[in-house]
Amino acid sequence: MKNIHVSTTINGDPTEFICAPDESLLDVLRNRLALTGAKEGCGSGDCGACSVTVNGRLVCSCLVLGAEADGAEVETIEGMADGDKLHPLQQHFIDKAALQCGVCTPGILVAAKALLEKNPNPTDTEVRYWLAGNLCRCTGYDKIIKAVQSAAAEMRGE
Amino acid sequence: MRYEKPENVAEAVKLLHAETGVARILAGGTDVLVQLKAGMVEPDLIVDIKHLEGIKDITPEDGGYRIGAAVSGAKLGEHAGVVALWPGVVEGFELIGSTQVQGRATMVGNLCNGSPAADSVPGLIAANAVVRIAGPDGTRDCAVIDIPVSPGKISLAKGEFITSVFLPARPERASDAYLRFIPRTEMDIAVSAAGVSLELNADGICTAARVALGAIAPTVLLVDAAADCIIGTKLDAASLEAMASACSDACNPIDDKRGTIEFRTQTAGVLAKRAALIAYERAGGRT
Amino acid sequence: MALDENGKRIFKVVGTRPARPDGIDKVTGRAMYGADATAPGMLFGQFLRSPHAHAKIKSIDTSAAEALSGVKAVITSKDFGTPEDESVRDVQDNCMAGDKVLYDGHAVAAVAATSAAIAKQALKLIKVDYEVLPHVTDVDAAMQADAPIVQAGRAMDDLPAGMSENVTYHFEFGHGDLEAGFAKADKIVERSFKTAATHQGYIEPHACLAAMNSDGKGELWCCTQGQFYVRELCADIMEMDASQLRVTASEIGGGFGGKTTVFIEPVALALSRKSGRPVKVVMSREEVFRASGPTVSSSTDVKIGMTNDGRITAAHATLRYQGGAFPCGTVQFGAQSAFAAYDLDAVQTIGWSAMTNRPKEAAYRAPGAPMAIYAVESVVDELCQELALDPLEVRLKNAADKGTKSSYGPTFDAIGLKATLEAAVAHPHYAAPLGPNQGRGLSCGFWFNFGGNTSVSMNLNFDGTVGITEGNPDIGGSRASISQMAAEELGIGYEKVRTIVADTNSIGHNDVTDGSRVTFAVGLATIKAARDAIQKMCARVAKIWDIDEDAVYWEDGYAKPSGPNAGTFEPMSLEEIAAISAETGGPIAGHHEVNADGAGVSFGVHLVDIEVDPETGATTVLRYTVFQDAGKAIHPDYVEGQMQGGAVQGIGWALNEEYIYGEDGRLQNPGLLDYRIPVASDLPNIDTVILEIPNPGHPYGVRGVGETPIVPPLAAISNAVSRATGLRLSELPMSPPRVLKALNAKG
Repeated sequence: MKNIHVSTTINGDPTEFICAPDESLLDVLRNRLALTGAKEGCGSGDCGACSVTVNGRLVCSCLVLGAEADGAEVETIEGMADGDKLHPLQQHFIDKAALQCGVCTPGILVAAKALLEKNPNPTDTEVRYWLAGNLCRCTGYDKIIKAVQSAAAEMRGE
Repeated sequence: MRYEKPENVAEAVKLLHAETGVARILAGGTDVLVQLKAGMVEPDLIVDIKHLEGIKDITPEDGGYRIGAAVSGAKLGEHAGVVALWPGVVEGFELIGSTQVQGRATMVGNLCNGSPAADSVPGLIAANAVVRIAGPDGTRDCAVIDIPVSPGKISLAKGEFITSVFLPARPERASDAYLRFIPRTEMDIAVSAAGVSLELNADGICTAARVALGAIAPTVLLVDAAADCIIGTKLDAASLEAMASACSDACNPIDDKRGTIEFRTQTAGVLAKRAALIAYERAGGRT
Repeated sequence: MALDENGKRIFKVVGTRPARPDGIDKVTGRAMYGADATAPGMLFGQFLRSPHAHAKIKSIDTSAAEALSGVKAVITSKDFGTPEDESVRDVQDNCMAGDKVLYDGHAVAAVAATSAAIAKQALKLIKVDYEVLPHVTDVDAAMQADAPIVQAGRAMDDLPAGMSENVTYHFEFGHGDLEAGFAKADKIVERSFKTAATHQGYIEPHACLAAMNSDGKGELWCCTQGQFYVRELCADIMEMDASQLRVTASEIGGGFGGKTTVFIEPVALALSRKSGRPVKVVMSREEVFRASGPTVSSSTDVKIGMTNDGRITAAHATLRYQGGAFPCGTVQFGAQSAFAAYDLDAVQTIGWSAMTNRPKEAAYRAPGAPMAIYAVESVVDELCQELALDPLEVRLKNAADKGTKSSYGPTFDAIGLKATLEAAVAHPHYAAPLGPNQGRGLSCGFWFNFGGNTSVSMNLNFDGTVGITEGNPDIGGSRASISQMAAEELGIGYEKVRTIVADTNSIGHNDVTDGSRVTFAVGLATIKAARDAIQKMCARVAKIWDIDEDAVYWEDGYAKPSGPNAGTFEPMSLEEIAAISAETGGPIAGHHEVNADGAGVSFGVHLVDIEVDPETGATTVLRYTVFQDAGKAIHPDYVEGQMQGGAVQGIGWALNEEYIYGEDGRLQNPGLLDYRIPVASDLPNIDTVILEIPNPGHPYGVRGVGETPIVPPLAAISNAVSRATGLRLSELPMSPPRVLKALNAKG
């Protein structure tokens, strides 16, 4: 099949790439753009480890074709910190031990950031349901929820 | 595989109609890409319809709403008007997958995937929703209930695709609800499901009802016998029990890794009861 | 190795909660996991897997695949030799089928090509001629005399009459007079249980990058819990010397025991050798389920006798485990651990193991224990219900303690079971009121914990910072704990210590990260390495001061003269000693190599409140508290994390997770949609209470904690469901259809 030329924006930077028509955005990020922060845990949209945002919407990058990124704005985990200044969510995850093996962490951080941008003061239940598509096998989710809440409080200026 | 991004409906129809191989529509992609990755489908052509005019719009129409085929669950859930008018339809749709899946998935895609367990379909059928279809012979409307034929198969002809869904107006004192049974709290395919839409009169008596059951037969069933049990009542316990029985009687499910025949049959009735009560409450009735 | 004389020391770094060294890399996406590495000229490997549960391979024709443009190598079992060691042969046969495929998903061939797409295309061109054979997937069916034989010639010696050749192991433990014991009981409960196979469910699929050179040397990058064991297995299979193969462990995205062996690595190396290029292999999620290492499934019979006032007088268990298509000894752990929590006069456990046409079992946190203790704790709870006794009081009455002769042989030293039980009794959770359709359940849990071969090296940099090289992949924050113990022992700040996990060439042998051994054994070796470095520093200082070595001692990061007789000298800091080490003899390092023993067992108790929806059989977990003895919690956050993570895995096991096989012997749910692990919205917070009853075998009292927490949830939830519904279910998972069916039967 003939490759497609795509022009997009990734973490604010204009980016161009070539991909096969059936390549997912996840494949492109990892294999063509060396952005390996998004992970493939399942390839079927069931684990959330590949989470990115496209035009401000939280999505699984394994369920988006690379071709569909044309003209879109993509944000990945690599764009979350501001240079060497971590986003409060990233800092709180470290401080509150909200990661063990860390492989689900990029997806959860991208998802949690999307949540707090929409709802800066969620209840624990709202956080849990929002993150239901992000599987974690190590932590049992407890410290993740607490870290999201403590970061949210900091971001609200409390 | 070719990826095409038509600019208008005519172009899209032409591409689909002319394709001699396997063609697939791409809206949200949350079914197509899963099947592609699993090797379940090997399309020769993917037609991305997201750039067609109006396909992502939600437009008031005749007291109801016309929802473009590429409207995502996330977007629909943010539309106060649709949520207020047809909460059951929206909640069914919003149960599909995760937040990430909701960022992309569409009701039309869910419908056209043809799964007996599709979460948006019972609510749409209970709502008497109608889809608008573009095709080589022009445009036509079709009730949602006539789209699913059997698991994985829908009634559209070659070259046709759905461009929008119409949710009709409804009177005051009318509402709907959707419930499904899944073993976890999220992320599962419905094991059994019920979408119930009701209209009440000023005294709180149910004057009209539609009860649609999902995941309990090859296609979603609209169970008139169940609706009849609650029409003319205030959803008292006995009427609800009768409705649940009528639901269970109508079920024709299979045993599979998600549920047994007896489990699906029994819980379909339970869910229909509970959904009816929620719809009743939303419609302003008091039990 | 004894506890320090100053066992009551006040820890300065140990017991605090510093940030972990890999934290920033992991929250920014910079950390490199198994699938994140690339190499110039890299090829992509894909595996062809059997669609049959059991079949003879009559022929494999790879010619069309080899001819496909872009394909650089095709491998089958013909490309491997025959390892001498039976267990290594089994690993090899599992990685690539020989003359038979033994389970749905068993690899039969592999391809390396210039793209994943071409490799997948090539797989379709490989022609395999199968002769399908009858299969067996259930453990009890596999033991019957007429069962299809999975592998001929592997049966145990003295196979009892009436048992099939699939039975490979038999174990027995116990002591005392069972008949007399049961005679003394006022109540006896006898029940049988079944558990399904489950998977560790790590979010990162297996992945590796193998690069063989034409000179016979090789480099392997892989996500693994044990790079040294990977080296051992791969070198053996590839017929290489250990020193020729360097294995580097990537960051690991979960293991839980499932990454303590190899599934793709030898084949990746073989593809690389044959093609002359690096080969990357990444398992898909479906391959992970079909062809990595799930747990055993079990069928158990338990019989326990109790007096009216709650004393267990006799206990018996028969365990039947299937560990897939190869001999599997895990039932030994089950038989040993089943009654470990109790002080019993009469106890016996019998374990049987059988082969089935299923993937080869691998460890999953406390392998063999969850299913055995599930059965035992369910029967103990049933007895409590029958006799109307408080379940915690009954546990306390029968609890093993220091001096108890365990059911599996050893006599316990100081253990924390009673402390965890007493903490549970006193906790507000135990007294909280319950509503309709709600029930509270509890269970004890236990794991032996292991020590094992460990090597640690500690180097003092000229600027006074310290580099620690250890060899155990960090699966839960262990680098931080290691650094903490080193900083504590040396008396310097945590921020001065940097711990890395090294490849197989850079440090001595380390056993796999398993058995909850790292904080215990690597910690112990780190402390000893620090003491080694301290001794060397003191020797240098003694030379500088021109006094005897034993007149210098170390305290709080300084070398000091031991008393006024030694002389008056300004104490010298580690930084000062390191700064002039080039002039006093050269760089200073400490190291320690040991086959550590003295690991302390870890006991736990879990309390859980659940609610059952009587119309659907759905169970909701409302409240969960984990009590566990950690000996000494080096980094309390990470100890809590182990307790919470293990508990949630157990919740999934109890309620929804199972391997589902069809009549055709094929796995029906090889994906995360229908293999249902808990999601965030399924759960409440998991509260934790850490007890510290020091392990005499570790300088700071550490006990491994990682495995015990998966053990109690199974029975705790089953017991809670029983108390909520009045039903005693005896099969896991207690999925809603099963619960509803039981509720309907009860009427």
